[in-house]
Amino acid sequence: MDSYVAPLDDIISALRTVGLDEILTLPAFEGIDRATVADVLGGFAKLAGEVIAPSDRIGDAVGAMLDTTTGDVTVAPEIATAYARYSEGGWTALSASAEFGGGGFPGLVAAANREMFGSANLALSLNPVLTQSAIELLERWADERQRSVFLARLIDGTWTGTMNLTEPDAGSDLGAVRTTATPIGGDPANATRYAITGTKIFITWGEHSMTENIIHLVLARLPGAPEGTRGISLFIVPKFNLDDAGALLERNGVHCLALEHKLGIHASPTCVLQFTDAIGELVGSVNGGMEAMFSMMNPARLAIGLQGVSVGERALQQSSAFAHERRQGRSKDTTSGASLIAEHPDVKRMLLDMAVTVDASRLLVYLAVAAADVANNHPDAEERARSQRRMELLTPLAKAWPTDEGVRVASLGVQIHGGMGFIEETGIAQRYRDARITPIYEGTNGIQAIDLVGRKIARDNGLAVNELLDEISVTIERADGIAELSNAAKSLSEAVHQCRAAVTWIVEQFANSADAVLAGATVFLDLVATTVAGSLLIKQAADHVEDGSPDATMRVARAEFFAFDRLTRLPSLQSITLGNELLTAGLR
Amino acid sequence: MNVIVCVKQIPDPALPGALDSSSNTLKRDGKLILDESDSYGVEMALQLVTAAGGGEVSLVSMAPNGEVSGLRTALAMGAAKAILVSDPALKGSDALTTAKVLAAAVQRLGGADLIIGATESSDGYTGTVPEQIAEILGLPSVTFAKKVTIDGSTMHIERQTEQGYDEVTSPLPALISVTAGVVEPRYPSFKGIMAAKSKPLETVTAADLGITPVGWDGAGQTIVNVSQAEARKAGEVIEDDGETFTKVVSYLENLKLI
Ligand SMILES: Cc1cc2nc3c(=O)[nH]c(=O)nc-3n(C[C@H](O)[C@H](O)[C@H](O)COP(=O)(O)OP(=O)(O)OC[C@H]3O[C@@H](n4cnc5c(N)ncnc54)[C@H](O)[C@@H]3O)c2cc1C
Repeated sequence: MDSYVAPLDDIISALRTVGLDEILTLPAFEGIDRATVADVLGGFAKLAGEVIAPSDRIGDAVGAMLDTTTGDVTVAPEIATAYARYSEGGWTALSASAEFGGGGFPGLVAAANREMFGSANLALSLNPVLTQSAIELLERWADERQRSVFLARLIDGTWTGTMNLTEPDAGSDLGAVRTTATPIGGDPANATRYAITGTKIFITWGEHSMTENIIHLVLARLPGAPEGTRGISLFIVPKFNLDDAGALLERNGVHCLALEHKLGIHASPTCVLQFTDAIGELVGSVNGGMEAMFSMMNPARLAIGLQGVSVGERALQQSSAFAHERRQGRSKDTTSGASLIAEHPDVKRMLLDMAVTVDASRLLVYLAVAAADVANNHPDAEERARSQRRMELLTPLAKAWPTDEGVRVASLGVQIHGGMGFIEETGIAQRYRDARITPIYEGTNGIQAIDLVGRKIARDNGLAVNELLDEISVTIERADGIAELSNAAKSLSEAVHQCRAAVTWIVEQFANSADAVLAGATVFLDLVATTVAGSLLIKQAADHVEDGSPDATMRVARAEFFAFDRLTRLPSLQSITLGNELLTAGLR
Repeated sequence: MNVIVCVKQIPDPALPGALDSSSNTLKRDGKLILDESDSYGVEMALQLVTAAGGGEVSLVSMAPNGEVSGLRTALAMGAAKAILVSDPALKGSDALTTAKVLAAAVQRLGGADLIIGATESSDGYTGTVPEQIAEILGLPSVTFAKKVTIDGSTMHIERQTEQGYDEVTSPLPALISVTAGVVEPRYPSFKGIMAAKSKPLETVTAADLGITPVGWDGAGQTIVNVSQAEARKAGEVIEDDGETFTKVVSYLENLKLI
């Protein structure tokens, strides 16, 4: 009941709806066709289902352990084996650049694999997510020597990467980072080595012994650096120092002082890392740390958004299996004995709600990743710029909505299990516990909503969002012409009107009454994300109907369910515009 | 050292199967995958070739509708090339015809030092095809191989029996059938999957191999009837009174397991 079988049909259908075929025609992906993508996904699905997923339960039970005398961190051996199979299989390389041994696949295909990894074991999947972020950051910002030393071994999985941003007083506001970097000989700009000192907290997979080395990317301040985010630089700090050829030397001055005890993702060590004159090297420019971090922030946020999909899918599979075993009460289809709870309309509705929400979340994140692929690889500069705008707009939507919904879906999963849902034995409780971190890390969902209304809507006067809404109108027209989808198209059309009204209000108000806009930001994010997700479900259903696919009836039902259930009860304009004063007045 | 593995591509056992009521045979018109039983043979072949320090693993398969996805899986694991025999005329072939076809495919590949098959396939099986292939090719055959080592032109086999295992020595070339679970099949790697795309895979018909008649016409057997497998009996529940282990021991003794 605790098993995971990758939903390849759903994944491939979603990839198509967000434009995989168009992406495969880009020159950068020459030689990669649909069949190759299916083979790669199928190969990874097998590993995810048969090797990674069985490590999930035991990993949760065992957690991570710190040996306080040596500072070594260990996890369940099953976790280490699963990681070994993953890295031996060369899967880290999938979307990395061919120059350093990568497979050169679209990020969209890597995202599908990442979704499966997250469903199979969310806690372990964070390790490759962070390594991938480190790879993308170094591909973009590292100099030639750094790339040759670090990239190949991160890409082949022999080393893993971490992100060291957070400090006790620097969470959502990284301007407060206090870790220092002191040039070793020479002035700040010319030094090749820096001594890093400070304490970082909440560092995921900050210490472990699954690989021979760990590459920490650390935000720190140089002497005399300006206050705030403009004075932060980025450093590479390896767990073991390296000689010029990249061979391992002695242990560097970075140690795990403690592990956090957490609500979920137990198998992922969350470390307090102490840096004491640890030797590091600068990546990118002096005081350019935030800019470098920002370049990986979008992909990292999308990776976390995907975790909402992952955890929801696993919860759905578990709950559906349970509902087809547990007998209770009698449905009208049963004449004697108790019926399966899956036959009760209320349970069916919960299952369908879960399934449709997972589909919708998957489409939303994939759409954002597809935009990134086009932005990074399209030969035409104008198209690249348009897709970059699209990706930047979609990122907060695709991080926040699927993770909030992932928690809701996991909660529905617990509900379907009844009393047994509250009991750890069934395993569904783990989904709920694991899901809860996803709206928090990699920028809380509150911060995503602020990013959306400020940087992504007000700053360009609604240009990117209106482009997106215009495109949804095309879907509405198309669905209107398909008899089975015309009712859903009506609900979508009304949702788009509501979005436009809210966008207009935000663009008008932001400059002078930012607080009023911020008071409604989270609700506004929900409005837009739900609308976009709904449009994608309708588009997906239209694709299936037009193809005469055997899944067409199911896809139409799912699109209608979402349209009637969700698009018709979106946050109202009144809710978005109720203002900051009301909030203040209402609190004691 | 060159090894040829006979692999079957079968309907996914995770999906509900169906019988064709007109012929009493399994419907095989959907997507097919590599029979797990054969993944052990592929793995053993890859290990033997590595241990020998050279050579390659080739595959032969007979499947409807030009199906190659199971072959691609085995190529992704590390096999070098494959022959698929796919031909509408083959529908209805019995075990002996299958053996003739596979033997001819083996010959088309120029033979090998060792031919490997699975003891039996998972979808519909007689458990006789490998031995029939050996007979047609005039090779010694050893069934139920669980461990194989090669020493020059001699092969040492541990052959699974009910009580333990036989130690068998055979000259090469030879044919063995391997039991499931004797090695741990590797997972196709990303690089392996990509490399499999460009590995040689030839599709031929029965006529190309000179085998006629085949299919229903060539079959020396018919399936006269099929019946439902007997439902599994409920297990026995033993209440633990602190001495339960004695009951477990005598239960196992009864089965002659200890
Ligand atoms: C399990 C786990 C793993 C993590 N892994 C890593 C890691 O690998 N590397 C790393 O660097 N960090 C990591 N983090 C840190 C994580 O990214 C931060 O916890 C997160 O960004 C929130 O920061 P904070 O905890 O300081 O919360 P705070 O910033 O104190 O936020 C508290 C609340 O206030 C809200 N808030 C804060 N500022 C504002 C504002 N300006 N406007 C409106 N609302 C605001 C937030 O939305 C939130 O609801 C991890 C955290 C956890 C729990």
